[in-house]
Amino acid sequence: MQLLWLIPALPLLGFIILVFTKGQLPREQARLVGVGSVALAAAITLLVASDFYAQSDAQSSFTLVLWEWMSAGDFRAGFNLYLDGLSLSMLFVITGVGTLIHWYASGYMWDDPDYSRFFAYMNLFVAAMLMLVLADNLVLLFLGWEGVGVCSFLLIGFWYQDPVNGYAARKAFIVTRAGDTAFAIGLFLLFKELGSLHIQELLQLAPAQFTVGANTPTLIAALLLGGAVGKSAQLPLQTWLPDAMAGPTPVSALIHAATMVTAGVYLIARCHNIFLQAPDILLLVALIGLVTLLMAGFSALNQNDIKRVLAYSTMSQIGYMFFALGVGAWSESIFHLFTHALFKALLFMTAGSIILALHHEQDIRAMGGLRKQLPVPFWCFLIGTACLVALPPTSGFVSKEAILNASWQLPVYGPWLWAGGVFGACLTALYSFRLIFMVFGGASTCQPDEPKGWQFHPPLLILAVLSLLGGLLVLPAAGVLPTSPAGHAPLWAEVIAIGLPLAGIALAYQIYGRGQWQHLRQAPRLSHWFEHGWGFDSLYQRLLVQPLLTLANINKSDLIDQLPIQLTLVSSRLFAIFSRMQNGQLRIYVASMTAAAIFIIALTVTL
Amino acid sequence: MQLLGILISLLAGGLLALLCDRYASAAASRWVSLASLLLATLLWLPLWPQATANASVWLVHTDAIWMQRFGIHILLATDAIGSILIGLTLLLGYIALLSAWGEIKHRVGLFYLNLLFTLAGVIGVFSAMDLFLFFVFWEVMLVPMFLIISIWGHENRRYAALKFFIYTQASSLLMLAAMLTLVLLHYQQTGLLTFSWFELTQTQTDGTVGWWLMLGFYVAFLVKLPGIPVHNWLPDAHTQAPTPGSILLAGILLKTGAYGLLRFVFPLFPEAAAGFAPVAITLGVISVLYAAKLAFAQTDLKRLIAYTSISHMGFVSLGIFAWNSISLQGTMMQMIAHGLSSAALFAIAGLLQQRLHSRDLQQMGGLWQLAPKLSAFTMLFSLAALGLPGLGNFVGEFVVLLGSFQAYPWATAVAALGMILAPVYALLILQKGFFGPPSELVKAGVADLSARELLMLGILAAGLVILGFWPNLILDLSTTPIQHLLASGG
Repeated sequence: MQLLWLIPALPLLGFIILVFTKGQLPREQARLVGVGSVALAAAITLLVASDFYAQSDAQSSFTLVLWEWMSAGDFRAGFNLYLDGLSLSMLFVITGVGTLIHWYASGYMWDDPDYSRFFAYMNLFVAAMLMLVLADNLVLLFLGWEGVGVCSFLLIGFWYQDPVNGYAARKAFIVTRAGDTAFAIGLFLLFKELGSLHIQELLQLAPAQFTVGANTPTLIAALLLGGAVGKSAQLPLQTWLPDAMAGPTPVSALIHAATMVTAGVYLIARCHNIFLQAPDILLLVALIGLVTLLMAGFSALNQNDIKRVLAYSTMSQIGYMFFALGVGAWSESIFHLFTHALFKALLFMTAGSIILALHHEQDIRAMGGLRKQLPVPFWCFLIGTACLVALPPTSGFVSKEAILNASWQLPVYGPWLWAGGVFGACLTALYSFRLIFMVFGGASTCQPDEPKGWQFHPPLLILAVLSLLGGLLVLPAAGVLPTSPAGHAPLWAEVIAIGLPLAGIALAYQIYGRGQWQHLRQAPRLSHWFEHGWGFDSLYQRLLVQPLLTLANINKSDLIDQLPIQLTLVSSRLFAIFSRMQNGQLRIYVASMTAAAIFIIALTVTL
Repeated sequence: MQLLGILISLLAGGLLALLCDRYASAAASRWVSLASLLLATLLWLPLWPQATANASVWLVHTDAIWMQRFGIHILLATDAIGSILIGLTLLLGYIALLSAWGEIKHRVGLFYLNLLFTLAGVIGVFSAMDLFLFFVFWEVMLVPMFLIISIWGHENRRYAALKFFIYTQASSLLMLAAMLTLVLLHYQQTGLLTFSWFELTQTQTDGTVGWWLMLGFYVAFLVKLPGIPVHNWLPDAHTQAPTPGSILLAGILLKTGAYGLLRFVFPLFPEAAAGFAPVAITLGVISVLYAAKLAFAQTDLKRLIAYTSISHMGFVSLGIFAWNSISLQGTMMQMIAHGLSSAALFAIAGLLQQRLHSRDLQQMGGLWQLAPKLSAFTMLFSLAALGLPGLGNFVGEFVVLLGSFQAYPWATAVAALGMILAPVYALLILQKGFFGPPSELVKAGVADLSARELLMLGILAAGLVILGFWPNLILDLSTTPIQHLLASGG
């Protein structure tokens, strides 16, 4: 347990080494530092976990006090790490999946001239993400929260020479920052109301000080939710995620699928007692999740870039996690976070292999028939997709069924939410198998050149096995979180929930499996609209970006500056007028003096 | 006596530097300046406040009679607030010296004279507790800075220097008038003619007179801070000043405004300041947002950074007028962190100007490829400017907002929107200057950092990281004097 601090410190050390060697390190050594630091962190996570399991029951926790970070007036925030079942579950995901992705990336990025810079950013990201989940107070959590945001910015724009990547990176940072600002205001309000930002204290204080459903807890929960939707790319701050695919594929796997984008889910789960005081907001969480998962599903169906399909599918799966949190299936949500991290990392990395094999071709319309040519990626992708679609008995099935089952239990809205979730599952099957059929089915159209070797296949295969069997694992998170509603949905509902995805696959086969999609008559407007994320981008462009730019351009040189400028002008004009009177001509002096005297006399007489 | 020693060492060092340049060489005057700065630092070191020793708020207290008839004393005293700010002044003195080392080529001795006199003026401001002496130092720091801009500045330097001079001079006239009235008021009440801060804080200043006097001080400090709507001198002054001038302006001269608000406006006029707080806070919030918006419309790098300074100083206004211990400690942190980060950004703008002979962001681009070290530092300081946790500026902003939210939730929430605007301008610097394909100007060749430049930026970067992870180094020290101020300022 005392080694806990090493878990974030090792990747941070990796970052520091890579920065201070300024890219001078040979590739092999950079790889050793970059991958090794995360792998060591994973090993220490296992050590700590064995300690944790050995000496404690499910609800215990451990705090490691490092130093007092900041204190001002009554405000205290420590630089302390906190470990309980929930953070341990997150540690597994971050260091475990993180190690595999780093391993894979060491091959994927081998030819890049900025190899060492890539691993520097990746290590920093892992360190920040670990701080996020280990923080014992919300300020420290915010440190990790912003840290992962910056690393995401740096890695989306990793290939900085192309301005398009830079735009995507800035968009990601600024859009999530809008959510972060709400989060920060939420922290200020929490401190004003409860006088602390220490998470465990807050969880104690919130039920004691707030009345359920009152304005203050509702407002606080809403503000925290603002931060969560930004980071997790949920409505209405979801627009950045598809563009974030501009980064290298391992980045998409690590940051934009497995870890950072699930931080919002973690935040809500971590602050569960605050959200429980605001039932309206919890319902809103469920609705946001539901709407996002459906919208993203439709968008995924209309993408032609393999990574953008996966991006929308990530958005949609995080929608399920929000949905689960909203309906009170807390530990199910974290479990889905866990299984999703496994199979989505698998999908992204396999997609990366395909993209490399096809010399950076990402358009699925140009693919086809890859089943025979790329057998390993094919089977890996199929396993990942089976998990995504929640086919029994994969891990995805276990976690998603649990969520749907819990949603059924919710009073009043339950069955409606359930129906939405099941429809979403059907949609998932449709777009996932569209991808499978278009990429791997049909006649082969290209000559792939698959990257092989110890950096490519082993991590994929390990993840494939984990994705299949992950459903059998039991996470330690359950002990920390509120219990989910008990009971089961009726049998017919279960049958529908399992059957509809199968129907979706059948439909996908009908449309895409038989090579018919070229002749498909679609509603072009609607599909264009879906493809572009339901027009949110252009809406924000018109509503926010353009007005701000216009305003900035109009007032580029600061209107207030006119004040001194006009003042100088007026005084120099006055100077010109008065100086003309002093022209040295005696006649004019006498004339004006007389005129003034007459005027004054006239004035006195008349008055 | 240390304070007097510091002042004399800087003033004498300046004169000596001038003589050295005339009778020896330019290099000699550089080394003399460095030596006098070192001497001043040595004298300052014992003044480093101890967090634990709270026996007395005042670390040092020197009192000598200057003009007996008017009750004017040479009264130099400093608490932890002043001492920390003096430390910042000395540190940035070194940075300015390092930056001038490569940039200033003509009339070197005169330049160092002005540089050291500015430092002496600022340190005097941070330590004078006699209001008349304070005013003298307030003027002492103005004149050399005026000369620095108008002799070594860029293409439009005369206009900028004059604007700087008139703004500051006009507003300090208001302060002088208010100060004299205050002294007379105190004389009426007690029969004692004195300029001592310790005495004058006992004056009864409620009612309309107090309001007007408070406004006189407030305007002078707001100009220096600077805050909307009297900020206009700053973008011009910064853009035209030579790099060491910009470093001193942004790093420490602006802080004298904040220090004045902290030390004089509230303790002298508690009722009036408290009543005025909503107005001042509104102006602060407007500064945060309005200047941030102006920043991202700029294409001149130095002008852009200048507007970010105004935006960051808006948080200082907010923190001071919220007037509680959290917001004030945050303000201290914000001042130090902003001192380092803005100095660093201006230093970088200077390095770019030396290399590219341009400050125009439109003509830059792709610098990362040619000058990775310079680019990495720029990234760090831009991230500091946008308030990234782990760097000092975040702690300042966060604690200021946390504290002021307790008193003014709505205004604070609006000011927090600056958090969204900050990355817009900060990332714009990176995108336009450093990412993308290399521009024509950049392709011609850009040297990466030299050892001297690396040292200069490295010190500032290390400072920001230390403040980001161990902010209690500053926060703890400021606890006692801020409690004291709160007690005296009602």
